[in-house]
Amino acid sequence: MVDTIRFLLGDQPVALSDVDPTTTVLEWLRASAGRTGTKEGCAEGDCGACTVVLTEPDGAGGLACRTVNSCIQFVATLDGTQLLTVEDLKRGDTLHPVQQAMVDAHASQCGFCTPGFVMSLYQLYRTYPDGGPPARETLDRALAGNLCRCTGYRPILEAAERMLASPRVRETDAAEAKAVAALEGLRRKTGLAYRDRFFAPLNLAELAALLQAHPDARLLSGGTDLGLEVTKAHRTIGKIIYLGRVAELRAIVRTNTHLEIGAAATWRETVPALLADWPALDELFARFAGPPVRNAGTIGGNVANASPIGDSPPVLLALDAEIDLFGAAGMRRLQLADFFLDYRKTALAPGEAVARVRIPLPAKGRRLRAYKVSKRHDDDISAVCGVFALTVENGRVSNARVAFGGMAAIPKRAAACEAALEGRPWTLATAEAAAAVLRRDFSPIGDMRASAAYRTKVASNLLLRFWHETEGRAATRAVHYG
Amino acid sequence: MDDARARTGSGPGEPVAHDSAALHVAGTALYIDDLPVPEGTLAAWCVPSPKAHARIVSIDLSAARAAPGVAAVIAAGDVPGRNDVGPIFKGEPFLAENVVEYIGQPVVAIAAESVAQARAAGRLVRIVYEDLPAILTIEDALAKGSFVAKPYVMQRGDAPAALARAPRRLKGTFRNGAQDHFYLEGHIALAVPQEADGMAVWSSTQHPTEVQKMVARALDLPASAVTCEVRRMGGGFGGKETQPAIIACIAAVLARHAGRPVKYRLDRDDDFMITGKRHDFLVRYDVGFDEAGRLLALDIAFAARAGHVADLSTSIVERALFHAANAYHVPDMRAVGHACKTHTQSNTAFRGFGGPQGVLAAEHVIDRVARAVGRDPLDVRRLNFFGASPRDETHYGQRTTDFVADRIVSELAADVGYEQRRRAIDAFNAASPILKKGMALTPVMFGVSFTAIQFNQAGALVHVYTDGSIALNHAGTEMGQGLHTKVRQIVAGEFGVPDATVRIAATNTARVPNTSATAASAGSDMNGKAAQAAARAIKARIADFLAGEYRTSVDEVGFAAGEVRIGAQRLPFRDAVQKAYAARVQLSATGFYSTPKVHFDRARAWGRPFYYFAYGAAYAEATIDTLTGEYAIDRVELLHDVGRSLNPAIDLGQVEGAFVQGLGWLTSEEIVFDAGGRLTTHAPSTYKIPVARDLPRDFRARLWTGGENREDAIYRSKAVGEPPLMLATSVFLALQDAVEAAVPGKGAQIDAPATPERVLMAIEAAR
Repeated sequence: MVDTIRFLLGDQPVALSDVDPTTTVLEWLRASAGRTGTKEGCAEGDCGACTVVLTEPDGAGGLACRTVNSCIQFVATLDGTQLLTVEDLKRGDTLHPVQQAMVDAHASQCGFCTPGFVMSLYQLYRTYPDGGPPARETLDRALAGNLCRCTGYRPILEAAERMLASPRVRETDAAEAKAVAALEGLRRKTGLAYRDRFFAPLNLAELAALLQAHPDARLLSGGTDLGLEVTKAHRTIGKIIYLGRVAELRAIVRTNTHLEIGAAATWRETVPALLADWPALDELFARFAGPPVRNAGTIGGNVANASPIGDSPPVLLALDAEIDLFGAAGMRRLQLADFFLDYRKTALAPGEAVARVRIPLPAKGRRLRAYKVSKRHDDDISAVCGVFALTVENGRVSNARVAFGGMAAIPKRAAACEAALEGRPWTLATAEAAAAVLRRDFSPIGDMRASAAYRTKVASNLLLRFWHETEGRAATRAVHYG
Repeated sequence: MDDARARTGSGPGEPVAHDSAALHVAGTALYIDDLPVPEGTLAAWCVPSPKAHARIVSIDLSAARAAPGVAAVIAAGDVPGRNDVGPIFKGEPFLAENVVEYIGQPVVAIAAESVAQARAAGRLVRIVYEDLPAILTIEDALAKGSFVAKPYVMQRGDAPAALARAPRRLKGTFRNGAQDHFYLEGHIALAVPQEADGMAVWSSTQHPTEVQKMVARALDLPASAVTCEVRRMGGGFGGKETQPAIIACIAAVLARHAGRPVKYRLDRDDDFMITGKRHDFLVRYDVGFDEAGRLLALDIAFAARAGHVADLSTSIVERALFHAANAYHVPDMRAVGHACKTHTQSNTAFRGFGGPQGVLAAEHVIDRVARAVGRDPLDVRRLNFFGASPRDETHYGQRTTDFVADRIVSELAADVGYEQRRRAIDAFNAASPILKKGMALTPVMFGVSFTAIQFNQAGALVHVYTDGSIALNHAGTEMGQGLHTKVRQIVAGEFGVPDATVRIAATNTARVPNTSATAASAGSDMNGKAAQAAARAIKARIADFLAGEYRTSVDEVGFAAGEVRIGAQRLPFRDAVQKAYAARVQLSATGFYSTPKVHFDRARAWGRPFYYFAYGAAYAEATIDTLTGEYAIDRVELLHDVGRSLNPAIDLGQVEGAFVQGLGWLTSEEIVFDAGGRLTTHAPSTYKIPVARDLPRDFRARLWTGGENREDAIYRSKAVGEPPLMLATSVFLALQDAVEAAVPGKGAQIDAPATPERVLMAIEAAR
């Protein structure tokens, strides 16, 4: 029997049985659903012209909504969700307040990026708490995943302010309840198994069986990396096991000793949990991709793809995280530092999936900073990402963790640098000496993001910045994220 | 928000919304990829050159032709007409012929049922190459004498002699980077075969006539057999002036071979890899000045990376030379331009068209001069402005009779409290060891007109229908800049009807022929005048008829508020039109405009190439972090001259948008090639245009209200598309000022773009 991919397009139910599961949502919208309002600007989740909104029951009788990049989302992942596109916003001839604000603020010129901005603003419109006008910081963060080449953004920011300035028009309770009911109606008892190509298990037991039956399947969670194999590398992907519906993998649990983050928890869900214990990570995660990518991408994906320039691995290394791997044989636990073997090579065995990341809760007085250096502040890939964690006892560094992205073939701790810090007084001289030692830890490459010389210099200087900041000696930050 | 912009008026001067705004926000504005296509439409893809420079030894297409879904596979030899899209020079093939000259160059084109099938077939194409030596940098091209055209010289006086006499003299080298247009809509063309061998082409182009001409040439057809249409582009910025012809010709030749419609859409990577960018330049200068910083002589040479063919490079280099002194008078000046042939993409028009590179170099030079004499750069700028005769003549012979940069600069300097800001920044720097601030206030003076005189013409076609509705066709294309909105305002204003009465048609070569590119900022100037002429022709006929009917003079007939007034009588516009129709009055007219007064003797490099100049000034403040080179642009204030604005909302949008585009060019946008000549920044993941956060938190932009256009441009307005891009020069020089504060007196210099890496390494090198 052929299972079907079932979801809502606006308020209309859709069931697909003959689509390739790796067809992107964008391609399906434009070529099959007759909805050409959503645009392709880059096919890699970086420009936001393809932004759409997905809603799902929030478990409290309402809907949780999030933006995603339809250009890299596979259509099969829509199963059980409601997909809203720019065409869904108008009511008859009346523009939605978001759309009207864009018109009133002269916020479109060529108009090609506009549907994406409208959807990102619609997301903000639905989720912004009542109260005062939005801070510029709030808007910068909300729009970090959308590129406009014409307006220079000033009128778009004005549109955002305008739309939030008047009383908001909410979906009626009845309309929302109807959507919730329709989505509840799509809820599965057992996972989707589509054409022996795409499997979406609902729990670890189903996952274990699938891993055993299809050890050759690719594992998909947010799709913000795997999607690019289709849209950018133009490869065909065979079988896929989608982790995004596995309940246990989406859980985030704080125990007495650890924060345990399920591998399939999105960054949207993960970041608030991280910030509760490590508020110093706010800037890094604000600059980690753009909202539509964070709303889909997961911690498991960011770790498992083992990119040397992912931003979460250096953080997790500096926090002494562990990683749980799940396979048909059960769970096994590794130190994260032992997970990264070589360029894009990990300790993950065939038939195994990353299950969760465990981070020991911080000790009192632990100093932590995470720094990202890139050409553009928002939504850019790090030239260097440096994370520093340190405890000072009786004037001396008792424990230091220094980890970098962008400095080696894998995300890596700086052993020599750490050794040069530990046991010494936390002074500028110590920081300078330890910074000099970084040259022994790393010999980075030069590429389009930065030269090797710049990476080396900046890595050292970030340790000095860490000293200045934790000792409060001098202002070091030109850009502020508050 | 300025209340003036919230008004909903109609007609010229009103801040009305973009004519497509309601469609943009609803997702119902149609771009070429959104148009319904005829059944059987094929998708195209091209096999790119993997080599920067190589001879094509052999091509085997047999396996590709047999691949599933494939309808046509073509190489250069399959082009029925001329395989040449050169806009100025001959020999610019759209499919590589005998040699490949850059990585990414289309060699073989394939049409198939889907793009995936076309790509799959592309993997079956077998091409044997024989490597040839590649020239990949401007320096290498200069050393080997590799140019697409002869050097061009513009001069007045005797710069070498004046340099020899000058009390102070400074030599230097300065570079600016390339810039990808990054229009959100990539290149696309849809070619649909018509009866009797005709071809209809929908192209995302700023220059439909060029596409028509090139497609006709490629298919060996008369121009009359080809039509080109475009309703709107998702951004153009110059990138769609000449290079759409490459895409359209490939689509059309494939359509001819397959006998079916073909759509060729470049995805982002292909768009980056195939098409050209803003030219990067290497500038060498020798400047003479006195102790006060007054410029006495400038000998400056511009070398641009043209890429593998000329495209528009010679004109772009020429415009860099025109703008090489920006708003400053240099008594003895020589500017030399080289368009270097390299084995990379063919660089092309980009908003400013060489002007920004000239202005940036001029501002760099004056900044160095100011530092050499120990004066504030703004003082030295003011000292050197154009002035009264004889200080009113440019190095190409044009008199700067409309000069207002001095007034705009003074107004802006007073606005921002320049001296006070300087003191505050000095105080901050004295107390801050790691962070350093800088500031700059820079002017822009930009010549408006096509410097190739024959392009300064435009046409329009206006129809009034019997129900009183009006259809407007003109030669210009809409790429987001609001041209259609402005021209509609002009026509509606002429007829005295609401804007909504006038419907704008897609630009189509069958309706308005022999058009110039929508470029050189001249779209509204030229098409506005042409459309006005067409409207006035119809009005004159109606007035003439009504004057006869009502036995009065034509002077007594007026069009306003949706009515036609005949003496004391009033008729609704629609009734007047119906009366005229019944009396067999022609209600359709063409309009034509050619820009007056412009002339230029290219052999002598002397004349009046510009109808007028547009001016502006910008103030910027920046903070740099001397540990990482990261920086924030803290404050920007823009003051820009658009004459009497046709639409203040749209003009402000152009000013702000151009500024941020210039900001990207000079800060985060970096085009990088690897050692083999492969472009490694070819998507937004690697090429970073500004995002919302990059708009300075304290950002103020306004239109200068101090004057109108002294020339009889449409409603005394001024062109606005390109000039404000150069306002971003202020940001670059504010960063340079902050670098100077970090390592004072060491001559630390940043080249553009000022990435954090360049900022840090400039400081480190000077330490």
